[in-house]
Amino acid sequence: MIIAVASGKGGTGKTTVAVNLARSLAGPVHLFDCDVEEPNANLFLHGAVERTDEVTLPVPAVDAAKCNGCNECGRLCQYHAIASFGSQALVFSELCHGCGGCMLVCPRGAITETPRRIGVLETARSGDITIVTGRIDVGVAFAPPLIRAVKGRIGSGVTAILDAPPGTSCPVIATVTGADAVILVTEPTPFGLHDLTLAVETVRELGVPFGVVVNRVGMGDGRVHAYCAKEGIPVLLDIPDDRRIAEAYSSGRLLVEALPEYRTLFTGLWQAVGELAAKKGRATEVAR
Amino acid sequence: MKIACTTTGNGLQSPVDPRFGRAQRLIIVDTDTDAFTVVDNAAGAAAAQGAGIQAAEAVVRAGAVALISGHIGPKAFRALRASGVKMYTTDAPTVEEAVKRFKAGSLTEAKSADVNGHW
Amino acid sequence: MKELVVISGKGGTGKTSIAAALALLADRPVVADCDVDAADLHLLLAPEVKERHEFISGHEAIIRAADCTGCGRCAELCRFAAIHQRKGIDGRIVYAVDPVACEGCGVCVRFCPAKAIDLPDSRCGEWMVSDTRVGPMVHARLAAAAENSGKLVSLVRKEARRVAEESGRDLIIVDGPPGIGCPVIASLTCANWVLVVTEPTVSGEHDMARVLELARHFGIPAAVCINKYDINLGTAVRIESAARANGAFIAGRIPYDRKVTEAQIMGKSVVETGGPAAEAIQQLWRVLCRML
Repeated sequence: MIIAVASGKGGTGKTTVAVNLARSLAGPVHLFDCDVEEPNANLFLHGAVERTDEVTLPVPAVDAAKCNGCNECGRLCQYHAIASFGSQALVFSELCHGCGGCMLVCPRGAITETPRRIGVLETARSGDITIVTGRIDVGVAFAPPLIRAVKGRIGSGVTAILDAPPGTSCPVIATVTGADAVILVTEPTPFGLHDLTLAVETVRELGVPFGVVVNRVGMGDGRVHAYCAKEGIPVLLDIPDDRRIAEAYSSGRLLVEALPEYRTLFTGLWQAVGELAAKKGRATEVAR
Repeated sequence: MKIACTTTGNGLQSPVDPRFGRAQRLIIVDTDTDAFTVVDNAAGAAAAQGAGIQAAEAVVRAGAVALISGHIGPKAFRALRASGVKMYTTDAPTVEEAVKRFKAGSLTEAKSADVNGHW
Repeated sequence: MKELVVISGKGGTGKTSIAAALALLADRPVVADCDVDAADLHLLLAPEVKERHEFISGHEAIIRAADCTGCGRCAELCRFAAIHQRKGIDGRIVYAVDPVACEGCGVCVRFCPAKAIDLPDSRCGEWMVSDTRVGPMVHARLAAAAENSGKLVSLVRKEARRVAEESGRDLIIVDGPPGIGCPVIASLTCANWVLVVTEPTVSGEHDMARVLELARHFGIPAAVCINKYDINLGTAVRIESAARANGAFIAGRIPYDRKVTEAQIMGKSVVETGGPAAEAIQQLWRVLCRML
């Protein structure tokens, strides 16, 4: 079962939900930190890093002896990552998406591919939790290839939690695609509601079953709950606005460990997302 | 010969745009006749990345052998150098003044990029 | 003309609330909301839209099922696993592009033996120029599940500069997106200053370090403001020294104040309703003015 934890708005408690959910499961679980721009899950789980692997993207390398500057590659490349300016083709590797088109189109076989590092994958362990973190190098613009590398580590049959980046664009989609259920975390404020409606639009587009966790209930008003009721979206969990939670979080402690009275909330959340994921299973059966 | 100059306006009296990749327009001036054409650089100006490369392509396509701008970034520099276009930076207020200084030989040729990428 | 970009690395640190407050305190600013993915600034500034434009950007491959011979060359060449086999209406095997996974590289278009694939422009959202009580605002909305947020950010900034020039305004306040990726890079390149809004948590500390590294990478001077600094004073102190070590200076400290959320619920900025956070933001603005 693959559960993605996402939110339109940043800072609503996505990582809090992901790490506490991971810690609340009796048995092995994998946590994949797909917020590769700002990965934070292991700051709370304190897992010892067991291995680090580089992630690369194949970018073109031009053989000067073979290139005659015909610019076929430049005409194909949609990203302006390779072009001939009357000379042999120049490569601007930071713009390359790694589609491989230039290599295929070159009539003289002058282009090969060479790996360009874009970030790392770290594997850490904390009790029963295996944490796989993608960490993009500072200055690298494209997160999706790294997110796909993180997700490439999801073994079959494992229970996996994906901590998604905030927002609704490409990195979020790269994370949520293929999940069995999505938990959207929000807060009961105008910003929280607005960004939730955007996230709902995106997740509906992807056709994955989803439910909402409302964090800091009590800080704002009832608009998020009213919206969910109107749209028929299940509210899977309410986390109260409790200063002790904020303090535990600020020093990198797990809520279920610092405040054991909240443990049952997360075991209940497991049950609720299990039911959501089963819904997807049934829908797939029917489609077949 | 044809030379290119970045501008925010539409004619020789217009200001030089200090940016190259994200310049609003390029003016291509024929130094023999002072006739000019204006090339829009809207695609480059709005590009998230690689603006300099697109602008460099426009300069090469226009057949210019030299470019005058306020600053030149690293990608544009590589692209223009590869195509043999000479680059000059200037603080001249107008295109006309920049072209005059070019003809007088008082502009210094850029030997490297003088700003970071994404200028 | 000066551009001040407010970013945070970590989301939810109060970036938008602070950007809106600064816009209210500034003298005749132009406001640009570059968090095109989950824009919230309009909820506080209530823009009245004057111009609305489509954002057409990038491409998306589309296979004409009628012309597809089902050879599968496209699926074989696609590096983004965006092309899948399916049964056409007449029962033949054809291929179709998953628009969400497609990166618009055009490889399938170029190599399709039947020339059955097109690469039309795709509509990725819209951008607007509006009037607000603080002045003109340029903002945008990326379509759900769309790409090219960096390009839309560049467009919003370019239009904000145009509006500033045309209306003779000297300051653009940019509300940036979270993270350090493509839209953030597009938000801060060649800006005059970045203001990093962080919070005294382990995540806030970690993310601030990465975003300051990014600012340094692009050579942009950075100021840091710690929001809700009194949630954890120990971490706040550590963040301040980390910020200084990263070449940033501390421009302000804002206390935790429920009035910020209360103002948000009323569609206002906290500097319009008052309170301890409002006073700290006014102090922050005085510091930023000296810096700018």
